[in-house]
Amino acid sequence: MIYSYYPGCTLKDRAKEMDKYARASAAALGIELREIPEWQCCGAVYPQASDEIASRLSAVRALMNTEEGKLVTMCSACHHVIKRTNYDWNRDADFRMKATNYMKPEVPYDGSTQVLHFLEVIRDEIGFEELKKKVVNPLTGRKIGAFYGCMVLRPGKELAFDDPENPQIIEDFIRALGAEPVKYPYRNECCGAYVALENKNCAETQVDRALNSAIANGCEELITACPLCMYNLVENATRHKLPVRYFTELLAEALGVKEG
Amino acid sequence: MQKIGVFVCWCGSNIAGTVDVEAVSEAMKSVPGVVYSANYQYMCSAAGQKLIADAIHEHHLDGIVVASCSPRMHENTFRKTAEAAGLNPYMVEIANIREQCSWIHKDKEEGTAKAIVLARTAVAKLLHNKPLQAGTSAVTKRALVIGGGIAGIQTALDVADAGYEVDIVEQRPTIGGRMAQLDKTFPTLDCSACILTPKMVEASQNEKINIISYAKVEKVDGFVGNFKATIRKKARFVDETKCTGCSLCMSKCPSKKGKDEFNMEMNNRPAIYIPFAQAIPNVAVIDPEQCLKLKTGKCGLCEKVCTAGAINYKQQDELIEREYGAIVVATGFKPIDPSPLNEYGYADNADVITSLELERLMNAAGPTKGTLLRPSDLQHPHEIVFIQCVGSRCDENTKRGKPYCSKICCMYTAKHAMLIRDKYPDTKVHVFYIDVRTPGKNFDEFYRRAVEQYGVDYIKGMVGKVAKEGDKLMVRGSDLINNQQVEIAADLVVLATAIEPDPTARSIGTMLTASMDTNDFFTEAHAKLRPVESPTAGIFLSGVAQGPKDVPETVAQASAAAAKVIGLLAKDHLVTNPCVAYSNELLCNGCSQCEKVCPYGAITYIEKEVRGPGVREVRRIAQVNPAVCQGCGACTVTCPSGAMDLKGFANKQIMAEVDAICL
Repeated sequence: MIYSYYPGCTLKDRAKEMDKYARASAAALGIELREIPEWQCCGAVYPQASDEIASRLSAVRALMNTEEGKLVTMCSACHHVIKRTNYDWNRDADFRMKATNYMKPEVPYDGSTQVLHFLEVIRDEIGFEELKKKVVNPLTGRKIGAFYGCMVLRPGKELAFDDPENPQIIEDFIRALGAEPVKYPYRNECCGAYVALENKNCAETQVDRALNSAIANGCEELITACPLCMYNLVENATRHKLPVRYFTELLAEALGVKEG
Repeated sequence: MQKIGVFVCWCGSNIAGTVDVEAVSEAMKSVPGVVYSANYQYMCSAAGQKLIADAIHEHHLDGIVVASCSPRMHENTFRKTAEAAGLNPYMVEIANIREQCSWIHKDKEEGTAKAIVLARTAVAKLLHNKPLQAGTSAVTKRALVIGGGIAGIQTALDVADAGYEVDIVEQRPTIGGRMAQLDKTFPTLDCSACILTPKMVEASQNEKINIISYAKVEKVDGFVGNFKATIRKKARFVDETKCTGCSLCMSKCPSKKGKDEFNMEMNNRPAIYIPFAQAIPNVAVIDPEQCLKLKTGKCGLCEKVCTAGAINYKQQDELIEREYGAIVVATGFKPIDPSPLNEYGYADNADVITSLELERLMNAAGPTKGTLLRPSDLQHPHEIVFIQCVGSRCDENTKRGKPYCSKICCMYTAKHAMLIRDKYPDTKVHVFYIDVRTPGKNFDEFYRRAVEQYGVDYIKGMVGKVAKEGDKLMVRGSDLINNQQVEIAADLVVLATAIEPDPTARSIGTMLTASMDTNDFFTEAHAKLRPVESPTAGIFLSGVAQGPKDVPETVAQASAAAAKVIGLLAKDHLVTNPCVAYSNELLCNGCSQCEKVCPYGAITYIEKEVRGPGVREVRRIAQVNPAVCQGCGACTVTCPSGAMDLKGFANKQIMAEVDAICL
């Protein structure tokens, strides 16, 4: 099975390992992630103003360049922007018209691309039961917590990823890899995101609260799907530290493709 | 050719604002059959009706069309006008040019054109009308009340007081309903049981009232004045006539794992139990899911200790068939399950409870004997957070709760907060709210007392998260007035959960063909003017089954429903609707399709000699009982041979209307 793939800027730089392990794991799972040509930065932040068109154009280009019908994303932020832009495209005629007029594509985007986070591919296209069968190196005995952050979950109706108040997709993922998922109440909170730049204290409070809650509930390590969460969880933790990895690294480890 | 008069109403500016009424009445003059056409400001006024009556006399009219509001508003008015002027009342047709025309159009030209079509259509139908005579049917002078909460009890008491027999059918083993579970009632803080139980006793002692508890209405046939209901009285495995309610069996029963429904399942009860001390009937019931004797055949302890010999493990469900003139729906409500609203952590934390659970925790007959202890460790909570609008007032698109306001929560939360501050002054109480809604006699004064005298901390804003940290519940929310995030380390969190109709309401509504809204509340016949009647004749609404209400409103509505029931039962005969179905014997092929679709059981098949041109033979044909037929028309559209027709809405009339629209 071939999927179009949108890695995003961070995965070419600070989060190279997320991309590397994703590709290795995908191969082990028998699917190919085919990078779409000439992709640009997703825009990083979904615009709050509904008449802001320009910052969503890059996402539209990515959606348009999806040859395989299904576009796979890895980074929570890219996923957030592209999925919401696709949602807008199919519901907001004004946005559709203005973006088309501006880009003047030979064939206008028909809105048919399906945006899938790699975790959704695993859950909905492969299935956790299938994943379990492919695990060669089960992570038995490890107590792993998921840090969802907010980008991948909210707004729940548009992202349609999981219940934003009580998500379980990453817990199911952890269980499929043979480890013990640990649920803790702050796993779906904001990590502090970009506020870390202007109010470090605020980000620290968010991170400390999450880590404190994770440790109190027995987590020994965390995984995330978001480079920004990764940054905050590592850089802005003042009281406790926990090892944090990308979910793809854990996946590669369980599938036995981490080295090489 | 008939002589038809057309009367176009302005309805002030309601119609005349978007329909050129002069043009409509002018256009009608050239419609075949119409000999007179006029317009008037308010056709329903005495002067308007006189205009109609005068025209009937002067022009010797055979029928009239009134182009005005919906027939639901004034069809009856104009039928009476016509009848008084010597016309058959069924020679009146209404063209609805208000609700279906002027109110939905903005463009006057369009509105006028459509009004002309609608009036023309009514004339086309009227040309095929035939005078009809209404019959009469008898009234069974007994009422059925479904639900034995305060609403059902009050309705039953009032109907019985007027001298009519009433049966209360209650699904639980005792009457009393939700009000029996309450500790205190706002805004007077009187003990709920103290004011409810005398009414329960009164109902049980009233010789006109028959309480059928632990039962459900399984089937209802018939129509207003003549309902026939089948009631299934579930086996309670205890002879009601023998049990004295001594409760000895309860103390001896070895199976104690049943969940105590009356205490919101916060403690256990034996397999044989009386729901609460003042239950009516005060008779034990055996829970067959928990009873060792019924499940394994071994035990029988209760039978041994029962001095009255009331235990009967072989008891079967009993079916009761009875006739009623009126039916009152008083099925009440239940609080929603807040588990799916994960941000409040109800499913994961024992110390996040609902308000009704708190009600039981504060009640002397509750699981903690009235001492406020939190469920997880039975410690006294020192900091309590109340969260309002849990599952109420939600955006319909999100599907995360009810779109409506549950109405009672603001007041009961103020009550809880005040009672806790009064009894445990060392306890801090916070209330998160969207708005505080306290319209009602002495309601706002009550809420202000909670804030001003009892120091309850009201925070305007909603809660985004309840997370367990150690033995505290961290409640995070927004304070919109101070524009800041707040976090409170609470010992107990109480959710003011939305209320929803009892789960049985939908099936009862279907059984009675009583309409309901999308939230499963019963719809009233008119939102303002007929608030205690269902649009289905003979069905009346009492209490929360119709919409959220507090106790005083419920009691008021229950009495209002009773007044309507009494008004119906006081009649010896009802005038029946002459618009009923009839079958053309020559066309009927005896296929039975109509019999299958008739919701009222009005159609039977008979063997009859049919005579017609070239026909003389015995055939199996459909026959309609006009006393039972409600004129719904299901049979006429089902009949494959076109034998079935409806008086007043004949196929010929409908086709004439369609032709007139397509002209």
